[in-house]
Amino acid sequence: MTDSAISIRNVSKQFGDTVVLRDINLEVPKGQVSCLIGPSGSGKSTLLRCMAFLEEANAGTILIEGEPMGFVEGPNGRRRQTAAELRVARSKIGMVFQQFNLWPHMTALGNVSASLRRVRKMPRKEAEDKAMAQLEKVDLAPRAHHYPSQLSGGQQQRVAIARALALDPVIMLFDEPTSALDPELTGEVLNVMRALAEEGMTMVVVTHEIGFAASVGHKVCFLDHGKLLFHDTPQKVFAAPRNPRLEQFLDTYLDRGAFLVQ
Amino acid sequence: MSFDIAVILAKGPQILAGLGVTILIWVVGTFCAVVLGFFVATARRFGGPVVNLVLVVPVEVLRSTPFLVQIFLLYFGGPYIGLRLDPITAGLLGLSIYGAAYYSEIFRAGYLSVPPGHVEAAECVGFSRLQTILFILLPEMALLVLPPSMNMAIILLKDTALLSLITVPEMTMTVSAIGSQQYAFVESIVVLALVYWALVEAANWLGRITERRIAKLSVT
Repeated sequence: MTDSAISIRNVSKQFGDTVVLRDINLEVPKGQVSCLIGPSGSGKSTLLRCMAFLEEANAGTILIEGEPMGFVEGPNGRRRQTAAELRVARSKIGMVFQQFNLWPHMTALGNVSASLRRVRKMPRKEAEDKAMAQLEKVDLAPRAHHYPSQLSGGQQQRVAIARALALDPVIMLFDEPTSALDPELTGEVLNVMRALAEEGMTMVVVTHEIGFAASVGHKVCFLDHGKLLFHDTPQKVFAAPRNPRLEQFLDTYLDRGAFLVQ
Repeated sequence: MSFDIAVILAKGPQILAGLGVTILIWVVGTFCAVVLGFFVATARRFGGPVVNLVLVVPVEVLRSTPFLVQIFLLYFGGPYIGLRLDPITAGLLGLSIYGAAYYSEIFRAGYLSVPPGHVEAAECVGFSRLQTILFILLPEMALLVLPPSMNMAIILLKDTALLSLITVPEMTMTVSAIGSQQYAFVESIVVLALVYWALVEAANWLGRITERRIAKLSVT
């Protein structure tokens, strides 16, 4: 399974009595973009958050490049990783949130360089040079010294992407990165993500942007009621033969003219 | 009988000595209260349900009983359990513990004010818990906790007057003693009111300056 960036095996998760993930099995191939789609409450964000161990799965294992994330199997069953083990496991991933989650008291440059200075212990100058290079990549170098409150939503999300890229992760996780943005701003964020995909970054994207999933995704996974109903190439998922539940889901997009099947 | 404030002011050096004790106990006591309160709030936030329960009880007891009762218990009750403190130490300790209960609530609110996503973002880029507290949580909550913190500091300043009742030679005790000696009770009370007022205004001024400085650092 070394060609998988992420292996999800028999993962289940419940909040109290509510089952949000039911026995999920999924391999995320290296260098590819996997899009998780599905209606609200289908569990796609929870699944993504489990990959970063921001949520703890109740059962199953998640391997990041073959290494366990969150739990390790021991002689007496699984145990949670120590804080240090978890930091190592997480160092391979970069996470981008729906609400950006930039730190408001730091400039764009500060947000991106913070982990380099505090975690990698780089000298300030070196960290800021590297952070600046990341900001250039997302086309925001001129805004490096602006605080998040002085940036548009799209710019904030691009800073958040630069922040997640600063530590050179091998996998990028996106949790509805454009859901808080208007259509114009959505475009600039999707362009950055598209460029990242073209570089061969392994990406898992929870999204309602069906167009993005169809055009950039190598693999589209459809979740409903906590079950991974199926996953396949966008061509196969979006073209016939379709699953009735998926068809119903996609019809809402077709109705709004937001999606064109190629 | 005439109102003559000069009889009190003539004892300037004595009043200043009392003022010195008041300021010493206030500054040191408030500092200790802030530090202790911060540790209590931090332990409650990160220590799990058991630690939270262990700490919530003393915090609630301290917030639900009068400060005067607490210092009486500490100073007069202490010797029953072998805790013999001189008045200033007892006053300082009492003020620190009493203040810490309130400061812990201020910091608890501060912790709650930071969106959980900001902490998750820090965890995802590998910040340790200590780094998250120092570089994310504290700066983000600073502007929010500063006004209630200053307010609490002012309350503590005025509460130091109660320490005269356990014979701490602070300003209230000193000035009322002068008033008794000189048969100038009202004058002594007026002097006390004026000096406390001046001190509080000075503290407010400091607070506003600090707030402005922090506001510049943290654009939210």
